[in-house]
Amino acid sequence: MRELVIVSGKGGTGKTSLTAAFSSLAENNVLCDADVDAADLHLLMHPDVKQRSDFMGGSIAEIVADACTQCGLCRELCRFDAIDKTFVVDGLACEGCGLCVDICPEEAIIFPVQKCGEWFVSETRFGPMVHARLGIAEENSGKLVSLIRKEARCLAEKKGFDLILTDGPPGIGCPVIASISGATVLVIVVEPSVSGLHDMIRVADLASYFRIPGMIIVNKYDLNIQMTKSIEEKAQERNMTLLGRVPFDPLFTKSMVQGKNIFEYGEQEESLNAVRDIWHKIIQSPFMNKLGIVNFKATIK
Amino acid sequence: MIVSVASGKGGTGKTMVSTNMALAIGERLTFLDCDVEEPNAHLFLKPKIEQREQVSTPVPLVDEQKCTFCKKCSDVCRFNAIVVVGTNDMIFKDLCHSCGGCMFVCPENAISETGRELGTIEYGHRDAIRFVQGRLRVGEAMSPPMIRKVRAAAVPHELTIIDAPPGTSCPVIAAMKGVDFVLMVTEPTPFGLHDLQLAVEAVKILDIPAGLVINRCDIGDRKVYEYAERQNLPILLEIPFDRKIAETYSCGQSIVEVMPEWKDKFKGIYRDIELHLEGLRKRVSCEN
Repeated sequence: MRELVIVSGKGGTGKTSLTAAFSSLAENNVLCDADVDAADLHLLMHPDVKQRSDFMGGSIAEIVADACTQCGLCRELCRFDAIDKTFVVDGLACEGCGLCVDICPEEAIIFPVQKCGEWFVSETRFGPMVHARLGIAEENSGKLVSLIRKEARCLAEKKGFDLILTDGPPGIGCPVIASISGATVLVIVVEPSVSGLHDMIRVADLASYFRIPGMIIVNKYDLNIQMTKSIEEKAQERNMTLLGRVPFDPLFTKSMVQGKNIFEYGEQEESLNAVRDIWHKIIQSPFMNKLGIVNFKATIK
Repeated sequence: MIVSVASGKGGTGKTMVSTNMALAIGERLTFLDCDVEEPNAHLFLKPKIEQREQVSTPVPLVDEQKCTFCKKCSDVCRFNAIVVVGTNDMIFKDLCHSCGGCMFVCPENAISETGRELGTIEYGHRDAIRFVQGRLRVGEAMSPPMIRKVRAAAVPHELTIIDAPPGTSCPVIAAMKGVDFVLMVTEPTPFGLHDLQLAVEAVKILDIPAGLVINRCDIGDRKVYEYAERQNLPILLEIPFDRKIAETYSCGQSIVEVMPEWKDKFKGIYRDIELHLEGLRKRVSCEN
């Protein structure tokens, strides 16, 4: 099973638009939207939800007022300042460690499991898709990401597919770590700006920390050619494959407004060829091919 | 007053708006970069960093001489960060949420605390702007404790501008909780609108007044405007797509410095926030 995860470090560089475009070119694959915090892929995919499940995340403490003697032990021990003077738990501050639940001498604190979101298995015009919606202001996004990636893998195995395309979240923290661990290869989408470069280096460091190979796409490259070159140099210094450049093109926004990917909306634009070439490079890269052999049959012959 | 600049969707221009606003105001203020996973504000404010501080979060350390392997610690830990197997204590530092539960329940007092490095906080100045940023260690998963440490550097009753991380989950909440105003930066596209709606819901849960900056306001469609009107969200600034702005930003330069005509507009956001909050206060006192 091969899993391609599209990440960026910096937000808004074009991860989702490119994932959607790749889905048009890929065959026999499962799509997975691992940006559960601000999932957008469904806006281009219009998934037909076949199965809907609750995501039960962590628990949050709740003090039963009638049983509480206000001894204050829980307030004293809570390191997250989640219990106020009136002995009410602030659900947003509660870390879900359950210490107060265990130490309350009156056993006055309950610890109900929270529904933190929902996840879905859907059908789209480009094949099956697994996606989720984390509740607003919820924790445990990493757990939900791990869950839907596992489900995407099961689904792919069931269907006999050997490719998962995963749209990752921005940043380098918990949900990103959950999105990339165990992935075959990362495609890092960078925009040519000082922030883009800075954030690419951080996410590349994360990739090497987890020993996952990374490949680079410079999106909107013509907004700053000089910066594009610096990014490509930095990437090569780190031994990352350069997949290519995609020009700044209003086509991306126009097709997004129509709820389509760029291949469904565009006709002859230069960016379409650029993305097509990039996809071929990805598919033919040694990371995506067992034993590093691009054409296994030909080599055997 | 504390203003948090947030967005839901990434890459809509939070850092551009927060840094240019800080530079345009030009008075004494504190700037906190709370996007600790990818801190970028320093690239534009170019502060002189005067002090660096390593920050860590407590994790347990077991004295195996005292430990009787009773497993009370692993029973209390909800994160499986401490496990006792036979006569071995195993601590998984990365899973620890630093609640101190294991240390509290240990009957032998065999557990003390050591630190897990979260990252670095840097302090500096750019003219009258006091600058503080958090930089999460690569490989560290938990950003909220780091964000709370950066937040602790705010000076009460002084103007503070926070550059928040994208999204709507715990890191964003850590960067918005308890502030006076949330300035949301969005773009008028389906992705921008979808993520803005999530961010607005989060702000509602926190019960904080909010306003909008619409960046690249001439791309996409009008749905963000319709939403803003329905939600009664004031639009404090519109920034059209302009190649010169994009290029200026991409080189790490500030819009207000390269294109001085923008200075009053960015300063105006702050003035409008003050007026808006004053209006809200008056309305509340009338109702009372």
